[in-house]
Amino acid sequence: MTDVAVIGFAQAPGERHSPATTNGVEMLVPIFGEIFKATGLTKDDIGFWCSGSSDYLAGRAFSFVSAVDAIGAFPPVMESHVEMDGAWALYEAWLKILTGEAEIALAYGFGKSSAGNLRRVLALQLDPYLVAPLWPDSVSIAALQARAGIDAGLWTEAEMAQVAARSQADARGNPKAVAARTGGGTGDPGGEVAELLSRPYVADPLRAHDCAPVTDGAAVVILASGGRARALCDRPAWITGFEHRTDSGSLGARDLTVSPSAASAGRAAGAARAQVAELHAPFTHQEIILRRAFELGDQVRINPSGGALGGNPMFAAGLARIGSAATEIMSGQADVALAHATSGPALQQNLVCLMEAVDPALTGRRLSAR
Amino acid sequence: MTQLLHAQLEISFDYTRSLGPTLGAFMTALADRRILGARASDGRVYAPPFEYDPVTAAPPAEFVEVGPGGTVVSWSWMPAPLDGQPLGRPFGWALIRLDGADTALLHAVDAGSAELMRTGMRVVPRWSERRGSGITDIACFVPAGTRDTVLADEGPAGEVAMLTTPIALSYDHTVSPGESSFLQALAQGRLIGQRCPACGKVYLPPRGACPVDGVPTETEIELPDTGIVTTFCVVNVPFTGQQVPVPYVAASILIDGADIAFQHLVLGCQPDEVRMGMRVAAVWKPREEWDTSMRNIEYFEPTGEPDAPYDSYAHHL
Repeated sequence: MTDVAVIGFAQAPGERHSPATTNGVEMLVPIFGEIFKATGLTKDDIGFWCSGSSDYLAGRAFSFVSAVDAIGAFPPVMESHVEMDGAWALYEAWLKILTGEAEIALAYGFGKSSAGNLRRVLALQLDPYLVAPLWPDSVSIAALQARAGIDAGLWTEAEMAQVAARSQADARGNPKAVAARTGGGTGDPGGEVAELLSRPYVADPLRAHDCAPVTDGAAVVILASGGRARALCDRPAWITGFEHRTDSGSLGARDLTVSPSAASAGRAAGAARAQVAELHAPFTHQEIILRRAFELGDQVRINPSGGALGGNPMFAAGLARIGSAATEIMSGQADVALAHATSGPALQQNLVCLMEAVDPALTGRRLSAR
Repeated sequence: MTQLLHAQLEISFDYTRSLGPTLGAFMTALADRRILGARASDGRVYAPPFEYDPVTAAPPAEFVEVGPGGTVVSWSWMPAPLDGQPLGRPFGWALIRLDGADTALLHAVDAGSAELMRTGMRVVPRWSERRGSGITDIACFVPAGTRDTVLADEGPAGEVAMLTTPIALSYDHTVSPGESSFLQALAQGRLIGQRCPACGKVYLPPRGACPVDGVPTETEIELPDTGIVTTFCVVNVPFTGQQVPVPYVAASILIDGADIAFQHLVLGCQPDEVRMGMRVAAVWKPREEWDTSMRNIEYFEPTGEPDAPYDSYAHHL
């Protein structure tokens, strides 16, 4: 089986209210151009395309088919779609390369989260019989999870505010973060923890700085098989672990203060070896849950991009975590980088991708050896 | 750049679902103002009940009546309720472990104020007057000891086997720059397409990007309101919302100078007179009815000119 590496990443600047249509074409065309320029590839080099998006978010049927216009899909291309974050589209693309059906694959995700009321739209991912008829919104459900951990003594509102303050500071250095370009994002960029804690609750015990901003955006990642990756990229981000797991969909039947699915996926992928981690935590307390699930020590840099708290384009933010972590490798900042993506309420589904700088051909540390 | 057009889009659908043996039993009991849990293989009682045992994947072997009172195990506060939520005034969301259960049920608590919510508080259900609506048969929970109107005992409600859940979402729908130009030109009785800079194809209506080349199609082209029928069908089946009496012709119309056909009506002749390659022209509504809509063209009608030869449109089929 071949080795597979990330060799390119691009993302649209996160926006609070993009003028783009919900089919994503206007956000995707520029970043396809950017990633092709950076990698020296053209659309004809891509053997497999896979996207992540949602018609519920778009408010229209088959929005992902309209998005295919951005590819220029003629002559016909091999193409697929997942109704999940683009990180899961990347997983499918990775499998396509592992099975030898493609040498170079491109995954993209897009979401215009501002088109509808995101808190209500996300209620429809809940159990349609017992939960969705009550329209519990995404922020309120995250608040139930945050409270459970506070009550159990696992974290405090001050520790959550520390996550927010650090994320805001990092997001200010990321030109693609919505927080960097609006001068605010969720909280005051200069906000100290004590000041953040003086602010009102939006969903007790969550304050605005605890919640990712509603963000429109898109992201794209290119994968290549071993030989192609070595030729195309000076320092490919070799994928040495790629796993995803899910917890029960019944919110009241699982312990919301931990993430067994993230922990299991992380152990299988070797997450604890990471020097830097891009964690898809749309709420501050979820970063704390994930750090513990992945057994990341204090020496591990967390979300140098600012993470989802700096910009959380639905269906693209998880893929952007993988792209951001890969960039840490490709740019020489790190040798082992962890990326995580989540989907569903209260961290229900979790995907991890471990990437390394050392060529697996030299170390034998490769998936096929497992 | 033209002003981008946008409009509010309301979409709704009443999802009607059969309930099956477990949820059917649970919701039938709710209609009788009782709450059922299911005992799992490990002895734990799940309320609401699982459909398949989390460990053995077997259906529940035993239902257990739980509650109606319970204990709040986690809560949050909703200061500005959203459409569809159980209460229109500020309320608490809570995970409630009903007495006799080991898992929690998600519902609203009408506590009046966040200051009155706390983990460990005792709550009881406030039943809805409307029965047979599933989980919303419980209107919400209230702090134990709240003086609530007691509903009269109406006797058994009968089996609840189906559930209808109305879902409505609202979007601010934006069209692309090309579509904005197209729609604004329609309001002036004109047709505007866009040409791909790579392959030269003309798209009407314009698209965000050329589907062949993946590049934005930014060059605007004014096109006539005449063209040909490339292919068509005769609609004989009446359906809800139909606006033209059957039989009528829905056709792919290729405007002169465009490379992609769009669907429109062909009227003004008998359906059996319509043929591939037939020359047609737009019939516009009265000018005072025009808006930014394709509906400004009421239909296409034959011009009487000679048909286009097949080879001239074969590659547009």
